[in-house]
Amino acid sequence: MRIRQTFRFAFGALTGHGLRTGLSLLGVMIGVAAVIVLTALTDGARTYVIEQFSSLGTNLVIVLPGRTETTGAAPGVTAIPNDLTLDDAEAIALQVGSVHRAAPVSMGTEEVAFGERRRQVALIGTTADYAPVRQVELARGEFLPPGDIDRGAPVCVLGHTLARELFPAQNPVGQVVRVGGWRMRVLGVLAEQGTKLGLDLDETIYVPVATGMQMLNRASLFRILIEAHAYADLEITKESVRRLMIERHGEEDVSVITQDAVVSTFGAILDTLTLVLAAIAAISLTVAGIGIMNVMLVSVSERTREIGLLRAVGVQRSQVMAVFLTEAALLSAAGALLGLLLGWALVQVLIGIFPALPAAAPMWAVGAAFGVAVLVGVIFGIMPARRATKLDPVHALAGR
Amino acid sequence: MIELDSLSRTFMVGDRPVHALREITETIAEGEHVAIMGASGSGKSTLLNLIGCLDRPSSGVYKLNDRSVGELSQAELTQVRRNEIGFVFQSFHLVPRLTAAENVELPMIFGDVPRRERQERVASALDAVGLAERATHLPDQLSGGERQRVALARSTVMNPSILLADEPTGNLDSRSGRVVLDLLETMNTEGLTLIVVTHDAQVAQRADRIIVLLDGRVVQRARGDQIAEVMATLARAAEDESTDEEQQGA
Repeated sequence: MRIRQTFRFAFGALTGHGLRTGLSLLGVMIGVAAVIVLTALTDGARTYVIEQFSSLGTNLVIVLPGRTETTGAAPGVTAIPNDLTLDDAEAIALQVGSVHRAAPVSMGTEEVAFGERRRQVALIGTTADYAPVRQVELARGEFLPPGDIDRGAPVCVLGHTLARELFPAQNPVGQVVRVGGWRMRVLGVLAEQGTKLGLDLDETIYVPVATGMQMLNRASLFRILIEAHAYADLEITKESVRRLMIERHGEEDVSVITQDAVVSTFGAILDTLTLVLAAIAAISLTVAGIGIMNVMLVSVSERTREIGLLRAVGVQRSQVMAVFLTEAALLSAAGALLGLLLGWALVQVLIGIFPALPAAAPMWAVGAAFGVAVLVGVIFGIMPARRATKLDPVHALAGR
Repeated sequence: MIELDSLSRTFMVGDRPVHALREITETIAEGEHVAIMGASGSGKSTLLNLIGCLDRPSSGVYKLNDRSVGELSQAELTQVRRNEIGFVFQSFHLVPRLTAAENVELPMIFGDVPRRERQERVASALDAVGLAERATHLPDQLSGGERQRVALARSTVMNPSILLADEPTGNLDSRSGRVVLDLLETMNTEGLTLIVVTHDAQVAQRADRIIVLLDGRVVQRARGDQIAEVMATLARAAEDESTDEEQQGA
């Protein structure tokens, strides 16, 4: 029998039992759609995290107060880390050769007001180097001026949304706003930045770091953002900064991390998550395969007389096998195709709900989901097909 | 030519052997019309299954057109069924999801017959049984007689030399039965060897020859016009059986 005829006959057998075929398709569909949605989510999360960290800047090394490792302190005794100071930031910029720029950052929240308009926003205290390190662009005016970082001038730069809310009809540059108890002149307005790592940069006010620490009453910096000269310098910069900080503090009480390390940590977490989700998807596809086997077994049992007839009119066992395997393959392939469509539709719904998440199933997942589903269908179809071929024609004709 | 020499068929029911056929020796010539009669359980259908290569004998030799069937592989037996034997069953055995034409086409689909030739042969076979206009109808849209005529068209579409019919009129009213028998007879007169298993005297009397089976043995051979004697034999056998049962009950 030619392949086309086998397909035609198998297709007819499937469409002849619409409900049973439909339910079986549903099982495969859900399995494949699950693979598509889950891989789209993890891949989207991976892309999102990478984009977020990439947007922080390039060749970035970050210094945080405190160590991320567990210390050996006795219970009840807490090791208090030294403050991360402006002097530390200056020392890093001056003493570590591979450092191109270093921007100290203090952070908190403060109320910003102009006239009757007021708004509670994030406040970032930093220096002129922050703009190139974080690659922020200005819409108007200028960023914080370079100069002595210990000197806190009463000037500020507004985030895009903040500026629009406080000055709906005016140019904010040159105006004086109240920030907490301080009066500050607006030097510039940032271009739209969006939300990065959970912080809405358009709803942020930037002030000189010394002013910020004073306003927020902080002794320690929140971070020091360091830009190395080149990507190749990242590791040496990290090590040099770590040594310098140990030298300055007398102990290792800061954490020095690179952007790559953070991204790869997230990557490792997401890889594990992908594996877990792949396992869940594999289980779901296996369940779908068992569903196909069940349907095919019922089909063989219901069509015993038909199989008997086929054998009586001279259909070879191998041809009966081919018919039933083709049915299983058609079921799983059609279910997989519909599952891909369903998965794609669900991903579109997710994107509609969470526009920031770049969810899209990678091509390998689409190929693997389809291939595995068809393979599972055929494998689980072998047993029923073998059962069909082993039927004795005389008994089968009698429906036994 | 069908040659059966000391053909026996034994089934095992649990540990107990059941002799369905014992030492059947018979020759059926090409183009002959033979009826096989006998009470239920006498081995009629078992004999038909053996002749139709659906089953193998436990002992004895079956030669079909000078070939020993016992020496053929499963695949060769299947090929013999496809090319040399047609089957008509009491319950029609049509595939319900296929149209009349598709049911007739079935053996050819699996027999690698080219599409155009299939279409021509389907049309001709349906025409021969008077169902050309019912080609696109599903089996449940056809009457019992029409279904059996579709089955008849299917059984002859591969141009077999032998047609085996197991109670072909068993599920039909007398008028439809007559139509089917007329068709069978026409095919027989055109050279097809026709072997019919039946309980029905009117079906059997049309045959050239009647073989009567009892407990797996041939107990009588008669011409079709000797049906009265055959029926008397069967009646005596039925009487003996009921007497045996009564004695066993007592």
